[in-house]
Amino acid sequence: MSLLEFRDVTVDYASAEGPIPAVRGVTLLVERGEVLGIAGESGCGKSTLAATVLRLLPENAAIGGEMLLDDVDVLTMKWGKLRSVRWAEAAIVFQGALHALNPVQSIGDQIAEPIRLHKTAKDVDARVAQLLMQVGLPASRAKSYPHQLSGGQRQRVMIAMALACSPDLIVADEPTTALDVMVLAQVLDLLTGLVRDLGMGMVLISHDLGVLGTTCDRIAVMYAGQVVETGAALEIFDHPKHPYTKALAGAFPRVGDPAARYAPVGLPGDPPYPGDIPAGCAFHPRCPIAVDECTSASVALVDGVRCIRVGA
Amino acid sequence: MSRVATQRRKAAFGRFWTTYRHDRAGMAGLIILVFFVLVAILAPILIPDDALDVTKADGERFDGPSLAYPLGTDDSGRSLILLLAYGTRISLTVGIAATLVAMIIGTAVGIMAGHFRGPGSHVLVGATDWFLVIPFLPLAIVLATVLGPSTLNLIIVIGITSWAGTARLIRAQTLSIEERPYIERSKALGAGNWHQMTRHVLPNVLPLVLANTTLTVAIVILSETTLSFLGLGDPLAPSWGALLDRAFSSGAVSRGAWWFVLPPGICVVLVVLAFTLVGRALERILDPRGATA
Amino acid sequence: MSLLQDAAVGEPDPIRAPRVSGSVLRTVGGKVLRAFITLAFVVVFNFFLFRLLPGDPIGLYTRGRNQDAEQLAELRRALDKPILEQFLTYVRNPFDPGIDSTRFSRPVWEMIGERVWPTLLLLGTAIVLASIIGIWIGIRAGWKPGSRFDKTSTGTTLTLYSMPEFWLGMMLLIVFSVGAFGIPGLFPVGGIVTPGVDTSTPLGWLNVLWHMVLPCTTLTLIYLADYSLVMRASLIDERKQEYLALARAKGLRDVMVRQKHAVPNALLPTITLIFLSLGFVVTGAITVETVFSWPGLGLLTYEALRGPDIPLLQATFLLFSIAVIVANLLAELLYAIIDPRVRS
Repeated sequence: MSLLEFRDVTVDYASAEGPIPAVRGVTLLVERGEVLGIAGESGCGKSTLAATVLRLLPENAAIGGEMLLDDVDVLTMKWGKLRSVRWAEAAIVFQGALHALNPVQSIGDQIAEPIRLHKTAKDVDARVAQLLMQVGLPASRAKSYPHQLSGGQRQRVMIAMALACSPDLIVADEPTTALDVMVLAQVLDLLTGLVRDLGMGMVLISHDLGVLGTTCDRIAVMYAGQVVETGAALEIFDHPKHPYTKALAGAFPRVGDPAARYAPVGLPGDPPYPGDIPAGCAFHPRCPIAVDECTSASVALVDGVRCIRVGA
Repeated sequence: MSRVATQRRKAAFGRFWTTYRHDRAGMAGLIILVFFVLVAILAPILIPDDALDVTKADGERFDGPSLAYPLGTDDSGRSLILLLAYGTRISLTVGIAATLVAMIIGTAVGIMAGHFRGPGSHVLVGATDWFLVIPFLPLAIVLATVLGPSTLNLIIVIGITSWAGTARLIRAQTLSIEERPYIERSKALGAGNWHQMTRHVLPNVLPLVLANTTLTVAIVILSETTLSFLGLGDPLAPSWGALLDRAFSSGAVSRGAWWFVLPPGICVVLVVLAFTLVGRALERILDPRGATA
Repeated sequence: MSLLQDAAVGEPDPIRAPRVSGSVLRTVGGKVLRAFITLAFVVVFNFFLFRLLPGDPIGLYTRGRNQDAEQLAELRRALDKPILEQFLTYVRNPFDPGIDSTRFSRPVWEMIGERVWPTLLLLGTAIVLASIIGIWIGIRAGWKPGSRFDKTSTGTTLTLYSMPEFWLGMMLLIVFSVGAFGIPGLFPVGGIVTPGVDTSTPLGWLNVLWHMVLPCTTLTLIYLADYSLVMRASLIDERKQEYLALARAKGLRDVMVRQKHAVPNALLPTITLIFLSLGFVVTGAITVETVFSWPGLGLLTYEALRGPDIPLLQATFLLFSIAVIVANLLAELLYAIIDPRVRS
């Protein structure tokens, strides 16, 4: 039994012009002790997919398919059950931006909040101190306010917070964007070490293939709401098969390089607006090896690759 | 202005109007305003001057609504509905005039305070802050007492006490506009202070000024009503505030003559609400990110 | 579980050392100084405005009132002194500059002393009630913008905000005091107490309370419109913040997210704005006290206006200005205390 399983998950946002598909049928597995990376540019749907894990999407989002956490479908859970599952079974590490934390509450209180809510520890203060130590912050920092911490420290607070109720699964959404290189390396080491030590599963989301290549066991590459390639991390990084993955990997992304965020070097154009996805293979307008067939039939995921031009 | 510029501005206005039309609150406000403006314009044409003349009033004093006097009579027997119509002219005129005074002073001070550095700008900012702190009504009362009761003085007093809010807003906008590169380039090209302020800053500041003006009119009309109620306006002009003053001083309240008190107030509420709705709609359209907050 | 403590090595501790108390004093001192300068300008303005008119200043002081020869002589003596001397006398004690109230022929500070408490009672009650109700409405409306509650309450508060407060007072008087539209008039028509009733007994207090109902209701309605609009706008802005999504992800119910996270943050600017709107509060007080003949500073201002009683007008203007300046100062200092971002 997998820890997390996406089964043909779709997400459509309601809008004045009709439903806009942000996620178009994603099927993925995450096992315990495993780190799955999800790669892609802004707008490919990876963050939306992550939000479905705890049903954190806004009200105008219609979710389809199934999302099984320990074999229970999160998408059809009752609210009360969902709220008890949130954080206690799966937690999210958000980007540690200044406003991701409540500016007028001490970080100790914010870490303690889910502990108190889910009643997962008797001595809350001791648990908070333990969590802070686990992420390499002195316990005395519990009284500090978010604006008194650096970006790297705030990111660690986010991680400590996510671990607070000892969840089985962690979803880390771009945890390293906006961090400088040294801090980024420390944070990644911290995350992966904790996952291994505590036997959790982790989904790591990033636009930076370099980061994913070094920390994940497997990687799924997303484009325009679909998975276009999956495989072992090093395989994807060293021998990408899908033309899009090739462009991503070939860009030789330097960690922290802002250019990698917008378009792979050498690929013309921009990713399609979700309300206006090309027919057939969504990538064909920018694909260097596209042929006529690519513009009509939709392509299935075969052997981990969604491309008709790639041999078995 | 070149043809291209004129066409572009017409197209921009067309787009603006299409958006505005869909704002229900804004349209409601606009319709109410149009109604009152029409009343103000048509009043001297359709209503004989005699309606204002106390000596020619032949209604019963403090009479309730009837066919002949749809809104009843005042303490001298004049028809209230006619008085109200005339009052529309005064309230709207004073409102708009005083707002113009306030906007001109406020915009000028705001742009200058934002554009210039140095002691002059400090003085302007200090004056703006001072006028912002001092409570409106006590200051207006003191000024009006010194100047004497007349419509012109009322306009001046309200203008003087209302410009500071606009000035602060415009100054903030000027500061942010002047950080843009094209201002630096214009300076490098030799643009003088006057040219920069009027040709670059002012056009960019105008949309905000428009929204702010409309909201200011709302406040100004309330101020005028209050000052007239206190007896500081022209005693002969039947502005809505003055009507309420008459009602109060002549004992309409203790007689229960609600027709004397209710209508002028409702007119004020409607007009002020209308300007507020229009102003808020303008803000939503012209400044969705809330720079005016 | 501490194998990654070494990850903490190498990162400099960026917590700023707590500010030395000297600089806290400097900031507070700066604000107080600015308040004093503002006040100084008020005093100067107050004095010179009335001396700016051409002609004999005595005309302004005696406009419309008949004064006996002795009073006139005294007035002339005071006004004939050199301007600088008059100004210094004024500055020394603005509330007792040697010229009595021309309408009441009593020292100005005496009149003010009598009228302060009724105003404080009325305004204080109205402000407290309006804050509680207004903030509650603002929170409910701002948390779910576009909901039926929001549309109704915002429409109502906007209408209240567009209303002249004295008109509302007059209408309340007509309906609830005189009786109209089928409603009996149960409340007194004005004043603070029925003549002859002893205000030091509990029954006397009830009598005062009975007189206070209508004016207080009027003011409360007007003030709460302002406060609720401010709170609503503040909460609408706060809703967009990311930390609320985090709170939801932790499993908090919507109500708790609102109460424990959004509202405390949104309250900060609201409270400051409530303090800053004291000027608006004062304006309402003057006209409402007039309508209800409530013997406070507002009514005093109106009576001074009717004269015009210049010394009294100057004194009330000064007093109101002081109150507003102090309120502004308190607002700034309060914000510095309750916002941890500023505090450190």
